[in-house]
Amino acid sequence: MSVPAPPDLNERFPCVTCSEFRGDTRLVVPRDDLVALFKFLRDEHHFDLLVDLTCVDYLKYRGAENRFGLIYIVGDSRSAARLTVRTFVNEPDTVVPSVTSLWRGANWLEREVWDLFGITFDGHPDHRRILLPEEFTAHPLRKDYPLQGLGERHNFPTITRGEA
Amino acid sequence: MAEGGFAVAVELPENVVISKLDELASWCRKNSLWPMPFATACCGIELMATGASRHDLARFGAEVFRFSPRQCDLMIVAGRVVMKMLPVLQRIWQQMPEPKWCISMGACASTGGVFDTYCVVQGIDRFIPVDMYVPGCPPRPEQLIQSIIDLQDKIQREGTIGGREFLATQRQAPKRALVELPVLQPANALVRKA
Repeated sequence: MSVPAPPDLNERFPCVTCSEFRGDTRLVVPRDDLVALFKFLRDEHHFDLLVDLTCVDYLKYRGAENRFGLIYIVGDSRSAARLTVRTFVNEPDTVVPSVTSLWRGANWLEREVWDLFGITFDGHPDHRRILLPEEFTAHPLRKDYPLQGLGERHNFPTITRGEA
Repeated sequence: MAEGGFAVAVELPENVVISKLDELASWCRKNSLWPMPFATACCGIELMATGASRHDLARFGAEVFRFSPRQCDLMIVAGRVVMKMLPVLQRIWQQMPEPKWCISMGACASTGGVFDTYCVVQGIDRFIPVDMYVPGCPPRPEQLIQSIIDLQDKIQREGTIGGREFLATQRQAPKRALVELPVLQPANALVRKA
């Protein structure tokens, strides 16, 4: 269930833009205000749950101004209210402050976004890949990564009958 | 008795059969294949169905699924193998004692199937030796049973007690599926020969 933005949002964060699409409220926040906004939402408006954290690569997307768009969905566990918070980053400075200090559950979500999109989370306690093997070097959900990969899937020794 | 020949001087009882040791070993091995289920996807469900009562893999002596590779001699790779899983697959294959065989079950294990993406291995035969390929997505249990029957044929035909068929020179011999069918001679050629 989506709710309208908190009424005191604009006086506290004048740089946050708020829009609505089919009943879903979306806040777009500059990267530098991200943690402060989440702290405000969590402590003063009881958005105590980070429902999801994901990313979109807008490379070659029609009308897109920024390369990466991060999507945070926060929820209120008492009223089931939800808010979508977005922020945008561009190469080469793809660093976003980590929200693991606010929600412990952001740990693996941020690791997943790092693994697949290569967004660095500043202040993350365990900044490793989560899905792909550690020796993987690319970030495969980026749009400039080829679908069939860069040969990682065939970079293994072959075992023949004699040596098995 | 002619020079260089020999005859069996001992009279055999009626219930004694003479065979080659190789054939005896192959006969034992082919009828007690112990599969290692490397089931990663929906082919694994068909593999379970094959082992269950309706299709009853026990009729072919291959129902003893062992989850330790040390006790297995037939690896059935059922499902897609991703690049993170492949070192595990190779490790398990190397842990299985000789003699051992491998069935690549389904389109994904054999070729990668529809998953032509960065992380899915395009056919396990690039990295481990495969004896039988089962087409299908997923194959029906009957197809898997047929492949096990064919593998039994292969073991009986090529198997040796010392595993000589796994040597490099033997491996170069064409597999049965690749042997061309005999070309029927035209009738007039027969006539000319006569």
